[in-house]
Formats: sequence, structure tokens, C-alpha cells
Amino acid sequence: MTDTLDGVSTLLLYAAMGVYALAFIAFALDLGRRGAANVASESGAERIARARGAVAARSAGSSSVATIERIDAPAVPGAPRESAALRVALVLTVAGWLLHLGATVLRGIAAGRVPWANMYEFSMTGTLLIMGVFLGLLIRRDLRFIGAIITGLVVLLLGISTVGFRVDVVPLPAALQSYWLVIHVLVAILGTAFFTVGAALSVVQLVQARRESGALSGPFLRLPASIPGSTALENSAYRVIIVGFIFWTFTLIAGAIWAQHAWGRYWGWDTKEVWTFIIWVIFAGYIHARATRGWRGSRSAWLAIVGYGAVLFNFGIVNVFFKGLHAYSGL
Amino acid sequence: MSRSSDVARPSDHIETVEEAPEGPNAPKLGVIGTLRFFWRQLTSMKTALFLLLLLAIAAVPGSLVPQRSSDPNGVAQYKLDHPDLFPVVDAVQGFDVYTSVWFSAIYLLLFVSLIGCVLPRTRHHWEALRAKPPRTPARLSRLDHVEVRTTTGSTEELLQAAERILRRGRYRMTRYGDSVSAERGYLRETGNLVFHGSLVGILVAVAVGGSFGYSGQKLVVEGEPFVNYVGGYDSFTRGRLVGDASLDPYRVTLNGLDVKYETQNKNAVGQALDFTAAVTVQQPGQQTGYDTTIKVNHPLDADGTEVFLLGNGYAPRITVRDPDGNAVFSGAVPFLPQDANLTSVGIVKVPDGLPEQVGMIGFLYPTPTTLATGAQSSSFPGLQDPLLSLNVYTGDLGLDSGVPVSVYTLATDSLTQVAGRGTDTPGVDIGIGQTAQLPNGLGSVTLDGVSRYASLEIHHDPTQLWVLLFAVLVLAGLLTSLFVPRRRMWVKVRRGDDGEAIVEYAGLARGDDPALGTAVRELADAHSGPPAERT
Repeated sequence: MTDTLDGVSTLLLYAAMGVYALAFIAFALDLGRRGAANVASESGAERIARARGAVAARSAGSSSVATIERIDAPAVPGAPRESAALRVALVLTVAGWLLHLGATVLRGIAAGRVPWANMYEFSMTGTLLIMGVFLGLLIRRDLRFIGAIITGLVVLLLGISTVGFRVDVVPLPAALQSYWLVIHVLVAILGTAFFTVGAALSVVQLVQARRESGALSGPFLRLPASIPGSTALENSAYRVIIVGFIFWTFTLIAGAIWAQHAWGRYWGWDTKEVWTFIIWVIFAGYIHARATRGWRGSRSAWLAIVGYGAVLFNFGIVNVFFKGLHAYSGL
Repeated sequence: MSRSSDVARPSDHIETVEEAPEGPNAPKLGVIGTLRFFWRQLTSMKTALFLLLLLAIAAVPGSLVPQRSSDPNGVAQYKLDHPDLFPVVDAVQGFDVYTSVWFSAIYLLLFVSLIGCVLPRTRHHWEALRAKPPRTPARLSRLDHVEVRTTTGSTEELLQAAERILRRGRYRMTRYGDSVSAERGYLRETGNLVFHGSLVGILVAVAVGGSFGYSGQKLVVEGEPFVNYVGGYDSFTRGRLVGDASLDPYRVTLNGLDVKYETQNKNAVGQALDFTAAVTVQQPGQQTGYDTTIKVNHPLDADGTEVFLLGNGYAPRITVRDPDGNAVFSGAVPFLPQDANLTSVGIVKVPDGLPEQVGMIGFLYPTPTTLATGAQSSSFPGLQDPLLSLNVYTGDLGLDSGVPVSVYTLATDSLTQVAGRGTDTPGVDIGIGQTAQLPNGLGSVTLDGVSRYASLEIHHDPTQLWVLLFAVLVLAGLLTSLFVPRRRMWVKVRRGDDGEAIVEYAGLARGDDPALGTAVRELADAHSGPPAERT
């Protein structure tokens, strides 16, 4: 029974990966089309003005008081109409996410516990939540321009995990038999998901900042057109990353409480603890950088990306290659 | 913005008004001036940021090189694997990164910088909490978020209505002429200060806990007791301020250790599912104790200490008799597990009573099986007709030299092997209840049975609840400092040419506040109704 459910779960996961891959193509097509449309209709200076348009609009009078969230909306007159590719991409992403959700739930039922007790399951649930956070944020603000990055990354991560981390369902080791497995790991995954979206926004912010400063030219210039200006992107990234930082802080605290129960000390500089601490410090640095003169903008964006690199390193490298107490990869 | 009514920030904070840089002809600073200059540098945002990033980088080596605190065996192995590199790494405290001089220097500087930043801000915030909201700017229209509405009503009525709405939004407010000045979100700065202060609290609590806490390990075989006094531990570390008398001598007797293994799931046969140690706890001075259990993730609380079940293994009960049949050695000998199926290795030393000193290296196979190569192995960690195989050595065991010798090693170099692999005489193989003769008429050895043992870890940390409290405050402070918007609002009434009331609503964000524009518009809508006509 367990093996049958797990088999269905795996099939659903492969299906989800296929649908995500199609969504990635559609998102990429949309980006290309947007670029072409904008290059045809606008000069670079106009694009910059439009990208900053919301800032200017704030002082324009009572009717168009804009908030940061609203800056992201393509409410500017003359903005290109939504492409069919974008709508297809979104439908595919939601369909893929439902398959992904089914795969994860079935894996949990097959195992008779939460589906995040080893690296394979962590990747599965982690990418599910990355996608879930992305889709959830779409309800409030239009971030579809990072759809290509998110779907591409999720397909990549799922590919690595099904090839490299796949393990059969086995019972929980005694040390993992705790309700803290539900809390600590789930919150860690949530933090990771928000950091992922934040890093994607920061990447786009960096490209946008270079484009605004005129440093980009040639075909690359066409890619990020019709997306918000770097300042708006930075504000969006910050809002997302501070949520991730809160979750990460909670992960540290919950992990310490669990470590106290399981290992008899709340902090022991285990390799995984070290890297979780490093990530926390980097993002604390990011938040400080945002408030430090000369560090707002591209520099803080780089910190967000470095921090996310550390998150991926903590999961992909530390778990597998470093010796420590968090040896739950199942590999 | 005037700094006096604002939060006090380092000079390079993004919300601090930039001061003109001092020219090359700036007057000499003097000693006090120089100190003040360095203090300002240390407490600046850039320094804090630099120290934070340095701290992140400095923490990395400790994950690459084994640490004495978390992985002492790894350090020993590193010494064997890299004999040339070891002294170099050791010289720069690479095996004690997190207590090293350089790591400590970074975080202590960071905390000095933090305290130097937070203390003046705390005083400033305390004053701001009791001060009135700032004066209404003369020209509200220059602010980022402004709404202008035309309405009717007397100035006093309009201002009172504005105050009612703002009061519902929990603004603190005051009147300046025909305007209301309001401010809210003081909790943002409070949260920020609580966050930073609680980080200091954690550091202090950890330091105090380190001075008053102790921890130790004790291997306890089923049926044996552990008594909480310094001599009762196998290994014991304590803070500087822990005296011998600070340990409360309670007694924990291990009645049994029950281990459940997976047998159904073919992918995980033999995986341990549950460890339950049944114990009796007896308080000092009391005749009877109470029965309880210790499990992984469920430590035992005993007299301000916590007792953890961290490991397990087998301890064969072995009796060695001399040729006349008199027992010269009898007891449970803890064996160290070597693999997932608990093939275990242990040492039996018989210094007295036999014609020669005898040392034996024992291999215990809980569920013995013979590999294709002919070698013995264990196929399951549970006990199913266990087999004890002994290699026997004679000679000087080195126990009389006065130098402490580990009970888990046998120095075979100075001994003569008389039985087991590498000799003509096969090893001594016995099952439970069996007796075998030792070679050369030395005597006999009996396996009376196999007990389990538990590795217990006992911790006393008097400040761990303080650390938890500060950690919770860190989280609470972080939440409020990041998500409570600090904003100022002004409502100003003036008269138009026809006597109509023109009301200006303006908002100013103190820190990140993406919803300010919405808040200003909602204030205007609530106060004078939705705009009849959009301009």
C-alpha cells in the first residue's frame, strides 16, 4: 500500500515537473514578447520614466495616490496588454502546483507522517511552498515577471532531488519523532520559500538597475522591459524577505528548543546550526544594509542573493557532505 | 525632519540628515575628540553591517573543520589524516572557532557597537514617548502623501471629527492652530530596541549559564544506578562557578532499556523505531523512588537537571574462571557499536587471578550471520542467538604503571596473542550460557548473558529559561519593529475664497511603510467622504 501510494506520488511529481517546464517556456515567451513590444513603442528614457511613474504619480494629486503594492500593477496607460503566453503560463503553473500538491500529500499519506522528513521530501514540500508563496503573492501584487525564474528554479530543484535525493519511505528515526518536526521544519521551508521569491526579485532588481543606469545594451536590454523600476522591485523584495527573516528567526528558536529536547543542548555549533546562523546573520546584514546610507539598492540586493545562496548551500551541500547531527538526508 | 523629535539613529542611517563632511582644514580633534570619533565610527551603521558580515564569514571555518566542542572524535581523526596541517589549524584555534579569540572579538565588538547604538536610542525613545507629536509643517503639500478635500462645517467640528478618527487608529495627537498633528507606531522603535536588547540578554544569559551550568555523560548498564555527584560521571564538564557540592546527589537506576526495531518495511529492516529507558529515580535522603521513563526527545527532569538518553549498546555479561573454577572476573562489559546492526567491540582485561595477565578483544554479533567471505557479521541489531567471539592475549596489560588506561582499548603491541585471527588457535566463540576453555590452560570464559546499556547525558543549565525568554522577546521585537508602521499624520483646515473648508491630509513615514498612501486616503475618505470629483 505504501509503495503503491508512493508510486502514484512519484508519477504526479513527474507530471508536475512537466507542466512546470511548459509554464517556464510560456513565461519566457511572455518576457520576450514584452521586451519586443516595449522596444517598439518606447525609448529607454520613457521606459525609465514609466518605471518610476508611480513615484511621480504620488504627488500628482488625490486621485492617484499610489502605494508600493500598486506600483507593481501595470496600470500605466499604454502598457502592453497581457499576452496570451502569460495567461497560459499562469494556468499551467496553477495546474502544475495542484499536481505537485497531490504528489506531496500522497507521499505524506504513504509515509504516515508529514512529508518533510528527508531531503527528497523536503525538496518536494519546499518547492511546493516556493510555488505556493509565489502564487499567493500574485493575489496581492503582480509579480508574474519572476514566473520564469521561479518555475525554472523549481523544475531544476525537483529534477536534482528526484535524481539525487530520492529515497523510499522509511520510518522516522527516534530523534525525529517529535512535534517539533512539524513546526521547526515547516517554518524553515516557509522561510526558504519567501527567501526564494525575495532573491528572484533581487535578481530582477539588479538587472533593472543596470538597465536604468544605461549599462545594459543589445538584446539583453529587451528582456526586463515592462516590469517595475528597481526601487519598486527593491521594496517588494524587502517586504518578502523580512517575512522570510521572521520565519528564519523562528526556525532558529524552534530548532534550539528541539535540540534542547533531543540532544540536551539548545545550541552546539553543529554544522547545520552554524549555517542556519550564518544565513540569519547575512539577512540581518541585508536589513541593516537597507538602512545604511550607500548600501540601499544594488548592494543590498547582492546581500539578499548571497544569503539565498547560503540557504541553497545549507540544504544541498551541508546536508549531504558535511558531518553533523542533522544527518537526515536518508542517502 | 528635525532630529529632536525623531528616533536617534547612527549618523549614517538612511533616515538621518547627512552632515556636511569636514574639510581638510578641520580643527584637530584632540584626545576626547578622537575617542568620540572612534566611538561614532564603532556605533555607525556601516560598522555594524561590516561586523555582521564579518561574523557570518568567521562562522564558516567552524563548519569545515571538526570542532572540539561538537565533534572531538573528528578532531582526533583530523590529526591522524593531516598531521602537518593539524598544528597550523590548531594554532589559529581552528578547532575551537566559536570560543576563539578572533571569533569572540568580532561578536563582542558587534555587541559593543550594538549597545552603543541602542542606549542613546533608548533614552531618546523614552523622551519621544512622553513628547507631543511634532509641529504641523507649514506646507503639507510638499510631503509625499497628501490628500486635499473640500467640505463643509466649522473648523472646530472638522478637527474634532479628525481627532475621533485618528483616536480609533490609536494615534497620539495634539493641536497646532487649525491643525491636528498625530503620530502612531511608537511600538516600532520599542520593538527594535527590545529586539537588540534581547540579543544582549541572550548573550549574557548564555555566559551566566556557562558559569553555573554543568554537563556530563554516564554509561549505565541495565540494573545499575547512576548517582549525580562529580565522581559518578564518566566525563564531566562544569562552569567556573560550579563547586562539588552544587550537584544534588539523586540516584537514577536503569531498570531496563527497551528498543524496538523495524521488521516489516523491507527498506528499513533493523532501523530503530523507539528507545525507552525504564528508570527509578530516588531523591537524596529518601528510601523509595518513583518509576518513570526516558525516551529520545523526552528527557527526565530531576532536581533541576535534565537526563537525556543519547545512545545505547550491548554489554555482554562475562565471567572468567581460573583453572580451578574460581571466578576471577565477572561483570557486564560495555561494547562499542561499530555498525547499524550493532556489531560491537569491547575489551575484557583480567589482570589478576590467572597464571598470566589476560586481555581479550571481544566481537559481539547480536544476530550472527556468516558472509560469503567467511567473515562473521550481524544481520540485525536485535538479539537473536548472539555470538561473542574473543581474541585472547597474554602479557603485561600495563595497568600497574599508574598511567590511566582506557577501558575501551587494549595495547596489543606488548602482548602475545594466543587465540583468534592471526594465530593457529581459533578465537573463542560462545553463545549465551556457553562456556569455553581459554587456550594454554589459562582458565575458562562464560557468556552469562547480554545486557543493554544506555548512554545518559545529564545537563544542568540554570539560565536556559532566560535564554528562551530573550529569544521569544527577540522574535516579538522583530515582528513589531518590522511590521508596525510608524507614521505621522496631519489634518489641517483652511478656508477657501467662498468660505468653504479645504482640508489637507498628509502622512509621513518613519521607516518602511508601504501602506502609508492608502492610510492617508482612507483618513480623508473617512473624514470628508469619498472625493466627489477627482482632480
